[in-house]
Amino acid sequence: MEDFVAAFLNVESMQVVMPMLWRGLAMTAGLTAAIVPAALVLGLVIAVCRDLKVPVLGGLLRVYVDALRALPPLVVIIYLYSGLPLLGVRIDAFATVVVALVANGAAFFGEIIRAGLESVSKGQREAARATGLGALQTEAYVVIPQGLRRVVPPLASNVVELTKATALGSVLALPELLRSARMGQSIVYDATPLVIAAGLYLVFLWPAVRILSRLEHRMHGSRTG
Amino acid sequence: MESIAHYYFNVSVMAEAVPGLMKGLVLTLALSAATIAFGLPLGLGLAMLRTTRRRVLTIPIVIFADVFRALPPLVILIFFYFALPYAGFSMSPFLCVVLTLGLCLAALAEEIFWSGIIAVNRGQWEAAYSTGISFLPALVLVVVPQGIRLVIPPLTNKVISVTKMTSLASVVAVPELLNQAVTEQGFHANPSPLTLAALMFLLVFLPLVQLSNHLERRYGTIG
Repeated sequence: MEDFVAAFLNVESMQVVMPMLWRGLAMTAGLTAAIVPAALVLGLVIAVCRDLKVPVLGGLLRVYVDALRALPPLVVIIYLYSGLPLLGVRIDAFATVVVALVANGAAFFGEIIRAGLESVSKGQREAARATGLGALQTEAYVVIPQGLRRVVPPLASNVVELTKATALGSVLALPELLRSARMGQSIVYDATPLVIAAGLYLVFLWPAVRILSRLEHRMHGSRTG
Repeated sequence: MESIAHYYFNVSVMAEAVPGLMKGLVLTLALSAATIAFGLPLGLGLAMLRTTRRRVLTIPIVIFADVFRALPPLVILIFFYFALPYAGFSMSPFLCVVLTLGLCLAALAEEIFWSGIIAVNRGQWEAAYSTGISFLPALVLVVVPQGIRLVIPPLTNKVISVTKMTSLASVVAVPELLNQAVTEQGFHANPSPLTLAALMFLLVFLPLVQLSNHLERRYGTIG
């Protein structure tokens, strides 16, 4: 038991690595703050373009959404990171992760929001048009507010997924929380930094997961009840 | 334009990379199969245990499902691979990946199966009991089959998203598709093998994404 504590919850190791882990946590938060809003906005734009059946663009976006849903995010990250510099595009690890995960997140958000918009009844659209609203106004004032509300649980679930995906940045040696823990581990030679990092992820994401369960069960309940 | 063709779609580099990538693809498929075979039955089993509504069972199951849904899979993988050896457990990288992804899938599947099971109408239980069968046959023969049918679309989505994560295995040097592509890329100093690997991932996962689109449309589920 003592050996276990010395290797997994070593107080001295903690003192050494905590400053690193705080910086790592700040970077994970920064990545999340940069990625989630951009992916949401882009996803909404994609969903609206597809919902309005914009010619050509709608079809292209469908291909984009399916391709990005099929590609593992780590593949996209590594492809961008090792591919873009050869074209003369200078891009650092932080920007690579942001671009890759925004591209990935926008595809998932786009698909979720589109399903929400599609679920708004035709009568709502016709009623809106009958009052003299244009196609875009109908979308903005009538369809989006109702459609978005129905897909809050899957949207929230995808926000959690994107937050978790920022750990992929560690593969490019970006010093976010996971990478900081690995660096800490190479200084103190025990598992304490990884335990603390996992604990920090849990502190922030466990409440989110709990709330999600509530939201999802409520949705399933109302659908069948 | 020429440099795009040279760096991204270099056919001679791709041709040389094919044998390595094929080996990687086989390993990716093996990882996926092992993950699903381990994760889905475990998730279903846990969801069924939860129907007993015993606190001794429910609380650990909910904690397990929450923790494995809250932690990034890469963090769990790195923990299994780099931290557990300090406690005297060493596992092969392949096993670490299957264990990580299998447990993540089990956690997600447990939640989904559970929401399906509780969505089955109460009357189904009562009808089953009225035929004279007891709790376990009622659960296994009547409720679970209906519950599973309700949750096929979200379950398919989660299976796809966890299977895609087999690419994380490249981080612990399992020579699956992504890892092979990175090796080939380094060898040829040209990212065309990555292009080919991305196409192979599309080949495997696009049909699955199409399937999930179809299921969602058919069952009318959102999310």
